[in-house]
Amino acid sequence: MVYAMKYMENARVSAQEALTEEIFSMYIETEQIAREAKAGQFISVYCKDGANLLPRPISICEIDGSRLRIVYRVVGKGTKEFSGYQPGDTIRIMGPLGNGFPLEEAEGKTALVIGGGIGIFPMLEVSKQLTGKKNIVLGYRDQVFMKEAFEAQGPVYAATEDGSQGVKGNVLDAIREEKIGGDVIFACGPAPMLRAVRDYAREQGITAWISMEEKMACGIGACLACVCQSKETDSHTNVHNKRICKDGPVFRAEEVEL
Amino acid sequence: MNTTVNLAGVELKNPVMTASGTFGSGAEYGELVDLNRLGAVVTKGVANVPWPGNPTPRIAETHGGMLNAIGLQNPGMELFCQRDIPYLKQFDTKIIVNVCGKTTEDYLEVVERLSDEPVDLLEINISCPNVKEGGIAFGQDPKAVEAITRAVKEKAKQPVIMKLSPNVTDITVMAKAAEAGGADVISLINTLTGMKIDIHKRTFALANKTGGLSGPAIKPVALRMVYQAAQAVSCPIIGMGGIAGWEDAIEFILAGATAISVGTANFYNPRATVEIAEGIEGYMKRYGVEDIRELIGAVS
Repeated sequence: MVYAMKYMENARVSAQEALTEEIFSMYIETEQIAREAKAGQFISVYCKDGANLLPRPISICEIDGSRLRIVYRVVGKGTKEFSGYQPGDTIRIMGPLGNGFPLEEAEGKTALVIGGGIGIFPMLEVSKQLTGKKNIVLGYRDQVFMKEAFEAQGPVYAATEDGSQGVKGNVLDAIREEKIGGDVIFACGPAPMLRAVRDYAREQGITAWISMEEKMACGIGACLACVCQSKETDSHTNVHNKRICKDGPVFRAEEVEL
Repeated sequence: MNTTVNLAGVELKNPVMTASGTFGSGAEYGELVDLNRLGAVVTKGVANVPWPGNPTPRIAETHGGMLNAIGLQNPGMELFCQRDIPYLKQFDTKIIVNVCGKTTEDYLEVVERLSDEPVDLLEINISCPNVKEGGIAFGQDPKAVEAITRAVKEKAKQPVIMKLSPNVTDITVMAKAAEAGGADVISLINTLTGMKIDIHKRTFALANKTGGLSGPAIKPVALRMVYQAAQAVSCPIIGMGGIAGWEDAIEFILAGATAISVGTANFYNPRATVEIAEGIEGYMKRYGVEDIRELIGAVS
């Protein structure tokens, strides 16, 4: 497999806003990374506080020329630090990392784009780059965010667990209730959602491409922290493990154990 | 100015090496740093057969450090010899293969398989805290350390480095046991056994419950142990444990390390190894040190 070039940069924050109390959207001006990035790839973001050693892997939400948009939830000290960055601040990043979604698989087909929770964010660039027919399904716990941005890209169906907006339930409930069709699936979200998406794709006889996550250290495939189990022996690891950071984060749902 | 150091007859262009398990077999980092600038690349542990490693999560960050419980996932010695050694041979750096096993026989099988390979040194991992068999089980008993060192030395064609565990009461006892068994070089420290609990999920942060602590947080402990070992044995020592910058590297050399390994720092600064090699040269220039060997163990 040929892997694309990756870059380490001291990039510049051009804007940041809070979408909710916990979710932040940041625009970053990069030298190379944005120009090389593909939908579904991620970047490693390094903390300035040396006590927080490891880079935070954050998915790319939008790519616009030399500018990247990342949207992330504040879950710990690292993301808390990032949320305080102001326009003009530098941000040390490496990327683009991982493989991204194979959008060419949607050629001549209707794509079913599914995002759940913070897994919604990488699906925005996916939706933008899919120029053919598509249906977009977004799953939330309660608070709905970023829905308008998706609506500019195609028909959007929302599901909320508490029923406050859209269908009450999860993305699969929305798909069944609204009879949303598609010939190929691109999805990112929590593991239970990905399992349900895999089962649905099986039932429909279509291919699902899913983006996975795991705790990472190096972000480039060396440390073997972020493995997932693969059905077949992986050619690199020589065991039933694939590296999410390097061989993923996007996999065909049937090639991994969920 | 001389930056070369000698490990059991193998000359390294500088004392900077990678720590096993943090650098793969070099290929991932080769895209980001010039491996020709390194004294040696130490590979991820290699066993006689492929090992799947531990369940995830395998890592957790701690203050100034991290815990890992990878469980020595590796592709096995055959694929390693076919793919990883030829990759490293492209570079002007020494190749040190870290060897792991569950039994003495496992270790010996790998040592024999590597005997005709273009490998400069072997590092025997008797100190991994994250596997149930082998690893640390050998490294916490001086009799076992001496016995496995002797067994490896009988079979090995290359000089042998024994990698010691810090999870012992007296590191000098283990260092002396390795030397008594015929170790050409000792390396220390491997990681310190630790734990982290996720208070929100009320679970262990690592699937393995415990893991090995590494990173800047452990540097003072590592430095103390390297110093103690240097006082106890006469073989060369490779020092490691939390080395993140050239200042750290100089400290370890002054404490008695002939060479140093950079581990966790690679994860947050992929250029750490090369920057440290450059920083050591800068230090030597600043203080008019003609030969790096003048610095080894200079503080005692």
